[in-house]
Amino acid sequence: MKCVDPGTDFVSWRDAARVLLEDAVPPNEVLWESSGGLFAAAPTDEQAPVASPIKVPAAFMDLAKSIACHRDPSRWALLYRLLWRITRGGERHLLAIASDPEMAKARQLEKNVHREIHKMHAFVRFKLIDTDADGRERYAAWFEPDHFIVEAAAPFFKKRFANMDWSIFTPKGCAHWNGTALTHTPGIPNNPVENPDALEAAWRTYYRSIFNPARLKVKAMQTEMPKRYWKNLPEADLIEELIGQSQQRVAHMLAEEPRPVKPTPKNAYLDKLRELSAEEQSANRVHEADDPPPGSIPT
Amino acid sequence: MELDSKLAILADAAKYDASCASSGAVRGNSLGGKGVGSTGGMGICHSYAPDGRCISLLKLLLTNLCIYDCHYCINRRSSNVRRAAFTADEVVKLTLDFYKRNYIEGLFLSSGIIRNADYTMEQVIAVARTLREVHDFRGYIHLKTIPEASPELIETAARYADRISINLELPTQKSLDLLAPEKSLVRTQQAMGRIRLKLDEASDRRRNGDKKVRHATGQSTQVIVGADDSTDADFLARSDELYGSYQMRRVYYSAFSPIPEPSRILPLKAPPLIREHRLYQADWLMRFYGFKTSEILSPTMPNLDLELDPKLAWALRNRQDFPVDIQTASREVLLRVPGLGVRNVDRIIQIRRYTRIRQADLLRLRVSLPKVQPFLKTADHNPASYLLDSDALRARFVPKPQQLELFASDEMR
Repeated sequence: MKCVDPGTDFVSWRDAARVLLEDAVPPNEVLWESSGGLFAAAPTDEQAPVASPIKVPAAFMDLAKSIACHRDPSRWALLYRLLWRITRGGERHLLAIASDPEMAKARQLEKNVHREIHKMHAFVRFKLIDTDADGRERYAAWFEPDHFIVEAAAPFFKKRFANMDWSIFTPKGCAHWNGTALTHTPGIPNNPVENPDALEAAWRTYYRSIFNPARLKVKAMQTEMPKRYWKNLPEADLIEELIGQSQQRVAHMLAEEPRPVKPTPKNAYLDKLRELSAEEQSANRVHEADDPPPGSIPT
Repeated sequence: MELDSKLAILADAAKYDASCASSGAVRGNSLGGKGVGSTGGMGICHSYAPDGRCISLLKLLLTNLCIYDCHYCINRRSSNVRRAAFTADEVVKLTLDFYKRNYIEGLFLSSGIIRNADYTMEQVIAVARTLREVHDFRGYIHLKTIPEASPELIETAARYADRISINLELPTQKSLDLLAPEKSLVRTQQAMGRIRLKLDEASDRRRNGDKKVRHATGQSTQVIVGADDSTDADFLARSDELYGSYQMRRVYYSAFSPIPEPSRILPLKAPPLIREHRLYQADWLMRFYGFKTSEILSPTMPNLDLELDPKLAWALRNRQDFPVDIQTASREVLLRVPGLGVRNVDRIIQIRRYTRIRQADLLRLRVSLPKVQPFLKTADHNPASYLLDSDALRARFVPKPQQLELFASDEMR
């Protein structure tokens, strides 16, 4: 049994896997075990490995890059088994077989990672920290991702918020943008930007007002916005209150007296609309014989 | 009036519009610009309300003052709702402030009709113009337009927006006459037709290499379900026409929901959420599964089965077409198997080139076995034909009342 350190990311795993593959070490003889520390992985040969004679499909590399971000420690061994089967096991088409047990597992991990990147794009909430003399604003956010996705998620924020400075702090790495360069620093354990932003009150008013109490669907909400995100969303502590009041609000609406119809105000435009409608109606009577009745299903 | 009160009134006034999409825009971002914003790719839902609806855009009415009297609408002139109006600058600032905090993908702006269609349209356009031209805002903008506004104004709106829409609200003129006396099906169709031509023109210019063209990429509409006696067949026939003739990106179905200002003409009741869900499923079948409206509904059966999803209901009416063999059936045929979605059908077609598919494979593709089993033959399962013939087949799928769930079927969401 060979003990191999995958390092912490795709590149360190890839370099280790390439050596194993060229030495034809089968997956069941490898124990992928992190030795801990950030730089514990012995840096592999400085000179980039010579172009390997073993061809790996580009689609596998994309899959591996995503899975490398997953927090599941068994991902490195899974990736090596797949790599082995594709290159030395005679299963070049493995990527197309989504029902293979190991591929199904890999796609599941990939999906977890993609979803978490998407949720980070959705649920990061920036707070204004300060504005410099030229009016350039600096924002910061705190987010707690389930997977190691900060580097993969950061370019989206760079493109969207190119003209403001921002930092996103997370326990799994931080990202910073100053208008010219995107940089990454190690994760931190606690939220450094706890004070609420001045706009949060308006955002909460919006959240409260856009909710329709007559269509309560709590499960649908929680599927898309699971509870683990709520503590960093300034609107989420309204949820319980809104759910609690909804039944009463609906009962109140249903008990309301119907409002009488108010007379049409004097308005030239409304007069014009009535004329147009009258013309359309008479035109319609002429054509009625040719047209199927509205809404009829063609057979 | 304080800004917070205006926001409360004018967001509440906008919440009955179901459209929320922020996808389908041309790719763009703020690099090299002066402001913020990016579009393109998947839309992002930045939050969800307890009604299960996503919050993607800042959805507002510029004002809820309105000279129209649409009886389903809280903002109709006969309603006693509190009225408010934003200034253009207030909406611009709110949009930018929310956007920079990553609360939203952009702005959805609609308005009550004030004075006349053109005047109202000009107010709405002023907001979008300021966002684009003064602040170089490159996020998503959806503008609601008015069919009677001049075509030039609608085209101006389309040049600032990523999507524009006109709500049809009801599928027939008869229903409009009853509940929305100022609205006209013909005028709405004419405006949608003109919009379609402009959208096509812009897309042609883009295809011919004019990368700078700034124009909406699609239009959508909404119909209200359950406010009158229109049947599902009325809705689906109208949607079929809207997708075919006007190239709608989406037709939204919005269950008529109680409002705090009920109309005498339109009694309130609980919103028909399951019916709304079935209409979306049928709409999906038409757009992505190759079904014709006449296969989903017929003159003798003008409403969808509320207990079964429309594909399953179709399969039960067409048992002679089943079972089909997963190994050899065409894509078109597999798409019609209850329990198989587009994604899994495409996977199956890839997989079967290399291996024979078994029940355990379907499980790993997260296919619901009880649902597909009567209809699908695999290497290790040949559905007994007596099962397909049996009257018990429907009973097998009809949910027991307490299990009736709004989102029982994931396949078509």
